[in-house]
Amino acid sequence: MLELKGLQKSFRSNGTVREVLRDINLNVMDGEFVSIIGPSGSGKTTLFQLIGGLQQIDAGEIWLDGVNISGQKGHIAYMPQQASLLPWYSVKQNIALALQISHVPKSTALKQAEQWLQQVGLAEYANEYPHKLSGGMSQRVSFLRALLSPQKLMLLDEPFGALDALTRLHMQRWLLSIWEQHRRSVLLVTHSIEEALLLSDRIIVFAANPATVIDEIKVPFARPREGELWSDSTFNELKQRIYEQLDA
Amino acid sequence: MENKRALWRSLLPPVIMLAVIFTVWELIVRFELVYSWLIPSPLGVLKEMAIGWERLLEHWLATMQLTVLGFLGGAVCGILLGMVLHFVPLVRQAMYPVLILSQNIPVIVIAPILTMLLGFGLLPKVLLIILVCFFPICIAMLGGLAQVDQGLRNYMGMIGSSRWQQFVHLELPSSLGSLFSGLKIAASYSVLSAVVAEWLSPKVGLGGYMILSSRGYMPERVFAAVLLIVLTSLLLFWLVSLVERLLVRWRPRKEAR
Ligand SMILES: Nc1ncnc2c1ncn2[C@@H]1O[C@H](COP(=O)(O)OP(=O)(O)O)[C@@H](O)[C@H]1O
Ligand SMILES: [Mg+2]
Repeated sequence: MLELKGLQKSFRSNGTVREVLRDINLNVMDGEFVSIIGPSGSGKTTLFQLIGGLQQIDAGEIWLDGVNISGQKGHIAYMPQQASLLPWYSVKQNIALALQISHVPKSTALKQAEQWLQQVGLAEYANEYPHKLSGGMSQRVSFLRALLSPQKLMLLDEPFGALDALTRLHMQRWLLSIWEQHRRSVLLVTHSIEEALLLSDRIIVFAANPATVIDEIKVPFARPREGELWSDSTFNELKQRIYEQLDA
Repeated sequence: MENKRALWRSLLPPVIMLAVIFTVWELIVRFELVYSWLIPSPLGVLKEMAIGWERLLEHWLATMQLTVLGFLGGAVCGILLGMVLHFVPLVRQAMYPVLILSQNIPVIVIAPILTMLLGFGLLPKVLLIILVCFFPICIAMLGGLAQVDQGLRNYMGMIGSSRWQQFVHLELPSSLGSLFSGLKIAASYSVLSAVVAEWLSPKVGLGGYMILSSRGYMPERVFAAVLLIVLTSLLLFWLVSLVERLLVRWRPRKEAR
């Protein structure tokens, strides 16, 4: 469904040119969960901004469902590292706003937001302002907001990067359980090898300076997945393999 | 309970200070250390207010009407111009220096010009207040619209929101804090400008009353007018804060932290 063909991107500042992305080719199938793992500063966020149409592409094309969407906005649902909930809207309104911007009528959007908050046990927060929520709660709302958006592809940019280890673990399980019930195409950026292995169908490993795809790993675990993966020997082999690639 | 006690404790020192100042002042006038036709005694001022409250009320209402008209006019002009300048960067670049220059022309100079152009009616006075208070409002609006959280802007861009959607859902709410700071400053400016405007044609209003009383060597009346002007300024400031609190409900209350 998503196809990146030979994407290139450089930034120019003070006369020097810094090549960030070189010849990125990757694709995401319908309903597939793909993770990108790579060193910090390798250009993962930049890649997302190209897909989202916020940055100009130097060369290459982005195709979604057989349509060339290079440089166009509004084709993806998005969950950033910081929850980025608008402080002046309630939790419910925040979710509804994302849907409205994607051309869902307001009343439908609000109704849907309410239903889903109920469904995932967050109904009591529906009318709270975001400053009342903990980091984990904010990220749940932020994920829900992306999940409910009508676009078929979700981009998650280090969604749990700012959370403490324990909350992070809870959030991964939570996301996994919801996603396995409501499959969508997902492209996830993460630092965490375990997170990538736990959640994804496929993992793409980036090298830095400039970013290139150096490996692509099919994750063989059956779904629905459980927490016991940690002790699985394949899990640890794959973890070792990715670790060595990132370390090189 | 705790809160109330804390409030009293914070109020007590300034109240004592004011009481001391007024007592000393009263004593200075009583012992005729200054001419009583120059500086009145505080009790004399209060007595004057009690006797002449009907006349004072009439003047106060006139000043209040002028102030509110001018302030609202200035707010509307300032907010609208701020939005226009925000949307058209070229005009913003061209206008910004002009705006700042215009602020350095003293009110005392503008006021008589306006009167000569437009006569002694309400219009030139309201216009003067608008001129004075639209500037801080416009600048505050512009600053507020520009200071948007980059993470939120990035998010709104990624999900494909239009320029207008970003303005309504992101920039406008972000600007309210800054806008209200500007409105509070403008509120005090507008009261003072109303008084200056009234000096020009001292028929009604506290400004005119002040001038006439001063010419007639009636310092009690002058000080009574001054006191009312200060109170009006505070009242307006409080009203603006109240509107802010009603409008900006999403921020955590300070005492909650
Ligand atoms: N707008 C920009 N202008 C110039 N350089 C940028 C810009 N955005 C990102 N970069 C640079 O591109 C590189 C990749 O950044 P980023 O995509 O945020 O990395 P990652 O998300 O993988 O940590 C960094 O070195 C960063 O300094
Ligand atoms: Mg990043």
